Amino acid sequence: MAEQVTRKPYLRELPRTLWFLRHPRYVRYMAREFSCFFIGAYTLMLVLGLKRLAEGPEAYAGFLEALASPGAIVFHLFALAFSAYHSITWFRLTPKAMPVQLGENFLPDGVIAGAHYAGWALVSLVVLWLAGAF
Amino acid sequence: MSERRVELDVLRYNPETDRTPHFQRYSVTCREEWVVLDALNHVKETVDPTLAYRWSCHMAVCGSCGMMINGEPKLACKSFLRDYPGVIRVEPLAHFPVERDLVTVIDDFIAKLTRVKPYLIPKEAKPIEAGEYRQTPAQLKRYKQFTLCINCMLCYAACPEYGMIPKFMGPAAISLAHRWNQDSRDGGRAERQEEIAATEGVWECSFTGACSEVCPEHVDPAAALQRVKIKSTIDWYLAHTMPWLNK
Repeated sequence: MAEQVTRKPYLRELPRTLWFLRHPRYVRYMAREFSCFFIGAYTLMLVLGLKRLAEGPEAYAGFLEALASPGAIVFHLFALAFSAYHSITWFRLTPKAMPVQLGENFLPDGVIAGAHYAGWALVSLVVLWLAGAF
Repeated sequence: MSERRVELDVLRYNPETDRTPHFQRYSVTCREEWVVLDALNHVKETVDPTLAYRWSCHMAVCGSCGMMINGEPKLACKSFLRDYPGVIRVEPLAHFPVERDLVTVIDDFIAKLTRVKPYLIPKEAKPIEAGEYRQTPAQLKRYKQFTLCINCMLCYAACPEYGMIPKFMGPAAISLAHRWNQDSRDGGRAERQEEIAATEGVWECSFTGACSEVCPEHVDPAAALQRVKIKSTIDWYLAHTMPWLNK
């Protein structure tokens, strides 16, 4: 009989809250996830704008006036920066999720991500057209 | 050939005598072209024969020598000393219990790998006389990248989800399930979906992408997991909107 082997595996503790500070790649991941808060906040603001519009011209004018305040402008700048970061980081990941195989080859990553940018541009143009920009 | 003095801070843990692991500093003369595994072997041969770690092939094929090198999951046989100018911190793979020194308990991964049935489940079984299961180069290309996994578990050590939710099936097991699901000869997808389309399967993944960044074989597990998510989502919609498609 072999000698009895002592086993006492040790599990090393992980930081539960600030775990993402362990490595820059986790910080980048958290930044991408965090960016959605600004997108959510901007969406809520648009819904509020619709509500004001439904309440009548006076309420809507008040809403527009509030948008011109320095605080609102700062918020817009942040929202723009974070939504650009959000979109760019996610578009960069699209080739991983949806590869296109043609025969024995896959379409280059740039084509898949590029198609998403093209779609983004197209939708933006439609929105601008609906808003009467042209 | 140039030599240099290399300082290694190695995490030691002896289950028979230690309550907690501690770092031990080794200082050995190494050749510049050596890898960290060579340095560890040199320590074991000349300084401390009690140092425990796993290794076998020394050529990034067997997947045994995965460890944390300066906090990054790496194969010790593929980490060149010349890339580490200062003191090199060597720890066992993160997220796994430590058995002794740099040796981890990998039972959890092995159990998960078994659950995803990472082998061919033929669509139609046929007798040997009927010949081999044939496949075109394009059909092979569809999954080939995912066959390169060497089960080194670096992806598990990099995955923050696995660190926090140990029930998560994890990158390598799901990637290998995807590899067989993508195989034109295979008919076992429904069996594997039971494991990988579950909450503790692919849906614990939040696409940090760390698995793909550390993979020494460029398998890109994160890509496999996102494709499993898309396919599982399509399954769900088909099952709920077109139930007559289900057999």
